[in-house]
Amino acid sequence: MASKPRVRVPKTAKKGEIITIKSLISHKMETGRRKDSKTGELIPRQIINKFVCNFNGKQVFASDWHPAVSANPFMAFNFKAEESGEFEFVWTDDDGSTYSKKASLTVN
Amino acid sequence: MNQSQHNRDVGRRQAMIVVGGGGLAVAGLALLPQAALADAGAVAEAMKGLIGDRKPQEGRITLDLPQIAENGNTVPLTVEIDSPMTEQDYCKAVHVLADKNPRPDVATFRFTPACGKSAASTRMRLAKTQNVVAVAEMSDGSVYMAKSEVKVTIGGCGG
Repeated sequence: MASKPRVRVPKTAKKGEIITIKSLISHKMETGRRKDSKTGELIPRQIINKFVCNFNGKQVFASDWHPAVSANPFMAFNFKAEESGEFEFVWTDDDGSTYSKKASLTVN
Repeated sequence: MNQSQHNRDVGRRQAMIVVGGGGLAVAGLALLPQAALADAGAVAEAMKGLIGDRKPQEGRITLDLPQIAENGNTVPLTVEIDSPMTEQDYCKAVHVLADKNPRPDVATFRFTPACGKSAASTRMRLAKTQNVVAVAEMSDGSVYMAKSEVKVTIGGCGG
C-alpha cells in the first residue's frame, strides 16, 4: 500500500550537534470513515500505525499514529550526534507489513 | 430590472461568496453523525487512559499550530517541550489529541535522551474548528499540558 519511504538526514555532523531528521512515506492513511462514492460502502481502515527510528540497533525515537494523521505521513524530529553509525527507519502498516529505509551518519 | 433590485442581487451574490467556504464545511460535517464526534469528555477519557490520575501542569510545552487551517486534511503541527533531555531528566512522550474529531487520538511521540531535543512535527487531520491538546510525560512522572484552537475552513477526516 505504501511506497517511497524517504528520509532526510545530514551525512555528517559535529560531535554533540543536534540534527533534524525528516521523513515522508506515500500512504493513503485510510481512516475507515470514508465511503466509496460508487457503492456507498465504508472503505476499511488502513493506516501506518507505528513509526520507529533506530540508531545502531537502539531505538531513539518512535511515534504511534492514529487515523487523524494526514495521508502521506510526514515526521520530523531531532537526534544528538555522538558517534557515527546507521539509522534504520521502520513504518508498520495495519496489515502487518513494514517498510524501511536506512541512512548513515558520520560524526567528526 | 430596476436599480434597487439589481443592487439587492449583487449584495446577495457577494454574501453567497463569503458564506460559500463556511457552507462547504458545514455541509461536510452534516454527514457525520453528531454522536460520533469526540467532545471534551472524550478527550478527558483519552487523557485518563494515557496518563491515569496524574494532574497535568501548565507550561514547558510550545505548541505551534496555524490559527486558521484552510484545509483540515493536512494541518501542520509542531510541538516542543522544554527539557534538558539527559538520562536523569527527559521528556518521555507527548500525546496529541483533538477534541472534536471522530476520535480524539492523533499521535504519540516517544522520545529518548538520544534525541537531544524533544521536538516533533507532523501533519494531521481536523474535522472542524476545535482545540488541539498536547500532553507531555516527563521521566520524573510529571505531566504537562497545552492547548491551542485551530479554525478549520474545510474539514478533513473523510466526512
